[in-house]
Amino acid sequence: MRLTLRVWRRKDTRAPGAMKEYEVDGVTPDMSFLEMLDTLNERLTLEGEDPVAFDHDCREGICGACSLVINGDAHGPERTTACQLHMRSFRDGDTIDVEPWRAAAFPVVRDLVVDRSAFDRIIQAGGYVSVPTGAAPEAHATPVPKAAADLAFEHAECIGCGACVAACPNGSAMLFTSAKINHLNVLPQGAPERETRVLDMVGQMDAEGFGGCTLTGECATACPKGIPLTSIASMNKEWLRANRKVSRG
Amino acid sequence: MDHYTHYRTGAPLADTKAPDGPIAERWDSRRFGAKLVNPANRRKHTVIVVGTGLAGGSAGATLAEQGYHVVQFCYQDSPRRAHSIAAQGGINAAKNYRNDGDSVQRLFYDTVKGGDFRARESNVHRLAQISVEIIDQCVAQGVPFAREYGGLLDTRSFGGVQVSRTFYARGQTGQQLLLGAYQALSRQIAAGNVELHPRTEMLDLIVIDGRARGIVARDLVTGEISTYVADAVVLASGGYGNVFYLSTNAMNSNATAIWRAHRRGAHFANPCFTQIHPTCIPRTGDHQSKLTLMSESLRNDGRIWVPRAKGDTRAPGDIPEAERDYYLERIYPSFGNLVPRDIASRAAKNVCDEGRGVGPGGQGVYLDFAGAIARMGRKAVEEKYGNLFEMYQRITAEDPYQVPMRIYPAVHYTMGGLWVDYDLQTTVPGLFAIGEANFSDHGANRLGASALMQGLADGYFVLPATINDYLARHPGQDPVDTGHPAVAAAVAETRDRLHRLVTVDGDRTADSFHRELGELMWEYCGMARTEEGLRKALDRIPQIREEFWRRIKVPGTEAEFNQSLERANRVVDYLELAELMCLDALHRAESCGGHFREESQTPEGEAARDDEEFSYAAAWEFTGTGTAPVLHKEDLVFEYVHPTQRSYA
Repeated sequence: MRLTLRVWRRKDTRAPGAMKEYEVDGVTPDMSFLEMLDTLNERLTLEGEDPVAFDHDCREGICGACSLVINGDAHGPERTTACQLHMRSFRDGDTIDVEPWRAAAFPVVRDLVVDRSAFDRIIQAGGYVSVPTGAAPEAHATPVPKAAADLAFEHAECIGCGACVAACPNGSAMLFTSAKINHLNVLPQGAPERETRVLDMVGQMDAEGFGGCTLTGECATACPKGIPLTSIASMNKEWLRANRKVSRG
Repeated sequence: MDHYTHYRTGAPLADTKAPDGPIAERWDSRRFGAKLVNPANRRKHTVIVVGTGLAGGSAGATLAEQGYHVVQFCYQDSPRRAHSIAAQGGINAAKNYRNDGDSVQRLFYDTVKGGDFRARESNVHRLAQISVEIIDQCVAQGVPFAREYGGLLDTRSFGGVQVSRTFYARGQTGQQLLLGAYQALSRQIAAGNVELHPRTEMLDLIVIDGRARGIVARDLVTGEISTYVADAVVLASGGYGNVFYLSTNAMNSNATAIWRAHRRGAHFANPCFTQIHPTCIPRTGDHQSKLTLMSESLRNDGRIWVPRAKGDTRAPGDIPEAERDYYLERIYPSFGNLVPRDIASRAAKNVCDEGRGVGPGGQGVYLDFAGAIARMGRKAVEEKYGNLFEMYQRITAEDPYQVPMRIYPAVHYTMGGLWVDYDLQTTVPGLFAIGEANFSDHGANRLGASALMQGLADGYFVLPATINDYLARHPGQDPVDTGHPAVAAAVAETRDRLHRLVTVDGDRTADSFHRELGELMWEYCGMARTEEGLRKALDRIPQIREEFWRRIKVPGTEAEFNQSLERANRVVDYLELAELMCLDALHRAESCGGHFREESQTPEGEAARDDEEFSYAAAWEFTGTGTAPVLHKEDLVFEYVHPTQRSYA
């Protein structure tokens, strides 16, 4: 296959950026999208041009590092991460636009690489159970109904890639934040910090400059792990409940 | 050039930290014997932790909870992305919830035997003891393990064992355990007890007066080189499987932290002990950048087979039952498809070498779920393995519910690593290595679901207890003078190396060298090794190294975000480490576990150990690039498990 790529190039956070066009030849259907970029980068290197910077690591769809907007969609046309997107999803002669996540809270570092440390700060605000090492009771001391364990798992699958934010017209991080809140709040282990967790994490999310939610649902459509849109509704319910409880003392 | 193989044998090495006495009491006894640091004094101690995977993340969080000031590093943009996240199948623990005859003693025995009697008994026993506490800790953190309808934890079986002791969270156990550690670490970051440096890579170790006192690190965004000083340094930087270029490791997983520590005096033990995992998706072409594992848990229900006849190109569905060879079930009837990894990998290689492999190039065997789907129903199979089936289908465009998976062995894990004593301290005082970065617990072959167990045992429980002893013995150390010549020298060497890389301006990329080295290692230091092949590799590696420094091309400068420079700098270290791996494989003229020397096999073709000659851990001391290292042997003493020829038949 022969493709035309239009790639966002930007030297660093301060420099202006622009789309640049490249021809890529010899692409095979079994290549992943990132392997296709590898071949472009090998060529650019030998030609003396700076290769395209992009985040990637596990290339198995689980680390959450890769973060490309492909033809306007976060992670591209399939419901998976860009590293698990294969070139068989494209056709010979296609023109493909490749851009970084675009959101005020995710500043561009270089080319297609963005700074997602805001996500870490949201977790730091309360996305944990306060249980120092050694303090845990026997694992079977508290049975967890299978339904609750499965629901927690469904939300815990979030890989923190940020596709939800990139897909949202408001640049909202509600799906990411709600996934962690629901993971922990449905479990008995998370119950003691149920209220502070949702209030503190939502507070941090707002402080980071993410947009509000208008329920367009783009986030859940883009999520490679299928975190459901109802996750946001559950978080809103938790937040209201926590506020009522706190205001009643 | 061949004098690299003329190594000298130096003084023997011994672990002096494991106490004598009954093995089940040693860990208690060591914890009692270890000195403590007064809680009020802990905040005066700074500990550097490199890496944020299961070992590093759990260690950083726990040390900070204890009151130490932790300065932690990861090359990723977030600690949550460390490659532990990709571990799929599960984590072992001797809980005996199934009442199936499991015990600490049995987990200890299985691990020593699985490792083909090349691990230290004291360490392995402690690991088995701690395994039960890990599950408690993770459940309390909210790790959503799979559960039964009664609300209790579910388990499954893994290779090399006959009990069901593997706890799991679908096919994403590593992800869930890592997020637990990451969240515990996040709590400590928020509390100001951990100072985190993401996108920062350790490039050298600072040793002053014989003790580890800090690191040199590069900010990957700005390119700035900085020094960080501390009272102790903990390496939790993972394994070195990426020497082979193609492996199941993450693209950026690398050996630089441990190799640079080795160059500064930390002995490197058993570098040739690498694990080739039997169930990976076969490669499809030269563009391939990495290989993807299909969890060993699939062997609980999937059956492995190839056609009986050579060169049978019929579609799998057209091959009748009688013309299939379920070779693992045939050769190893009592363990069947659940033999240990080294054995399953070698068996797959053998049937492919016989010309009975399937798929493109005959480099594959079937992993078939037709029987399981008929027995349990598609829904139950989906529940257990859904995400793995999806991943397989995405990569290969084949539906494993309809046609059997094709799998082939690939480099997955490295049992070798920095030599550590019972306290997990390397031969450089003040330098500790935990998780895959050390060599300690798995001998010559790691059992499935034991990497997660070891990473978390080291990080949550072992290191936080043993590091106290070291710090307590060095109270009120003078703060490191950043003007000390050792600091300046380490910084200057790092700057020089990076500058050289960007100024050679040759005509080959780092990837092209990495690929060439990887192919050489796979050929000669992979699943089967011979003296002749290893000598060939040892001749070739210095030539590649020489060519590398003449022809490498790294665009851009060292003072900016430069992923090409990151890669090239890692390849520099692979080009040295690969040589040590081959020498270690050459010197160990026996087969054991994943190290298979063709010259040393039983009549049935199994690994034949030579306990008379090789019942030791080989710890190598660095003497210079390309010059013969010094071998220090740590004799392995087996008081509780008596080495026998492993049998899984």
